[in-house]
Amino acid sequence: MSQTLLERAAAPAARLMLVDCDVHHALRSPADLHPYLSQRWREHLKTYGSRKPTPFTGASPFFKSAPALSRKDTWPPAGGTPGSDLAFMQEQLLDRYGIEAGMLHLLSITGMDQRNQDFGAALCRAINEWQYAEWTQQDRRLKAAIVVPGEDAPAAIAEIEHWAGNRDFCQVSLVTHTIEPMGRRRYWPIFEAAAANGLPIGLHSSGSNGHAISPAGWSSFYTEEHHSIAISQQGLVSSLVCEGVFSRIPALKVVIVEAGLAWVPSLCWRLDRHWARMRDEVPHLTRPPSEYIREQMWFTTQPMDEPENPDDLRDILSWLGWDRILFATDYPHWDFDDPDTAMKVSLTEQQRRMVFRDNARSVYGLDK
Amino acid sequence: MSKHVVATVAEIPPGKRKLVTVRGRSIAVFNLDGEFYGLFNRCPHQGGPMCEGILTGLIQSNEPGHYEYSRAGEILRCPWHGWEFDVRTGQSFCDPSKISVRSYPMEVAPGQTVVQGPYVAETIPVTVEEQYVVVEM
Repeated sequence: MSQTLLERAAAPAARLMLVDCDVHHALRSPADLHPYLSQRWREHLKTYGSRKPTPFTGASPFFKSAPALSRKDTWPPAGGTPGSDLAFMQEQLLDRYGIEAGMLHLLSITGMDQRNQDFGAALCRAINEWQYAEWTQQDRRLKAAIVVPGEDAPAAIAEIEHWAGNRDFCQVSLVTHTIEPMGRRRYWPIFEAAAANGLPIGLHSSGSNGHAISPAGWSSFYTEEHHSIAISQQGLVSSLVCEGVFSRIPALKVVIVEAGLAWVPSLCWRLDRHWARMRDEVPHLTRPPSEYIREQMWFTTQPMDEPENPDDLRDILSWLGWDRILFATDYPHWDFDDPDTAMKVSLTEQQRRMVFRDNARSVYGLDK
Repeated sequence: MSKHVVATVAEIPPGKRKLVTVRGRSIAVFNLDGEFYGLFNRCPHQGGPMCEGILTGLIQSNEPGHYEYSRAGEILRCPWHGWEFDVRTGQSFCDPSKISVRSYPMEVAPGQTVVQGPYVAETIPVTVEEQYVVVEM
């Protein structure tokens, strides 16, 4: 009785080494970046602080349900915020679950959407230096994303080219709530630079462009809003496809992180249906939209969809394509998915290998 | 079945908890106003460590805009995803008829009785002066 759900869970995946496609490290405080910022920008940070394109500086437009958005048991015993202590992350996540590679996504202060563009570029460089020196070089299982200022394409490209070829960095990240829809041409040079260097674009929901997370307006409740992350990512995917980003840059790979995935097949069906009827409006799409999605996009599992009948999820995963799916925990956040118990759908051994390991190794080039 | 001594009463004051292991099983022991309750330390959802959850109250509502807050300190929220459980019974609030965390009946026994046995007290030294929290399993 007490084990109702756990007994239905798939066999623990612990025997298989995993790739976790969404791990959050954190700064203990912005002062951690001081060694990586010039005096000019240290003083700027101290005097003017971080300013993003959102009202209520110091507050977040995103809801939370737990301090630091985190599992209560992830506060490091030695002090600091969840995700800020490598040794505790190793114990609680990497070693415990047999994670051979963890893809880092930084959500605290970043330079990705600073209003002062020069400060944003300096902050991105400092964060990337910090990630390299204090995370990926300290534990080779951890792989960083090159964070770039997405609204400043020349600076973003300079940042990509600075790190390209360094295998500690496996993708390029910019915020998902961009000033214009992400498929617009002002962002293309960034996508081209990433593709030219063999780096996927990893899009973890983040940032603010002043709009509500939900297209219905500002939500009253977290319960109401949490899935709106998926809706905002649907808009992003539609923009990338319809603007022709994928047809223009066939080598581009895009990974959608922390938006779940049950919505993706439905979006594919609808886009294909409308493309068949209005193809002449988007003649630059020479193939059905779903083909671009299924060839150039990947989706992480967390937050896992939990249908009443767990095996119903298998149809959805099949419609999407087993090669598109990347397992992610979202450690240390409160909506963490446990590798052993989160995926309640029964999988074949091959499907399990693809979802928990092989797809990620392929898209992030971990075998190179 | 045997009776296991898991703590002294003094070491778990009201509102506090202790994680114990009995026959290889992790059990979170809670003191609610002098009554002791034990819950399996693994959430039935994804396995979160129940002993690290916060104790809170029960919020209920008959219609939007109205609510009642009751049972302060008697509702345990899983530290991972926040599922709520009744500390006294282990019953969940998201799906009470199907989902619960296993509950272990706890009792208080005086040291005089515990010393006489038969009790299993592998890790707790027992003396006649103390009161003990005991689980039978």
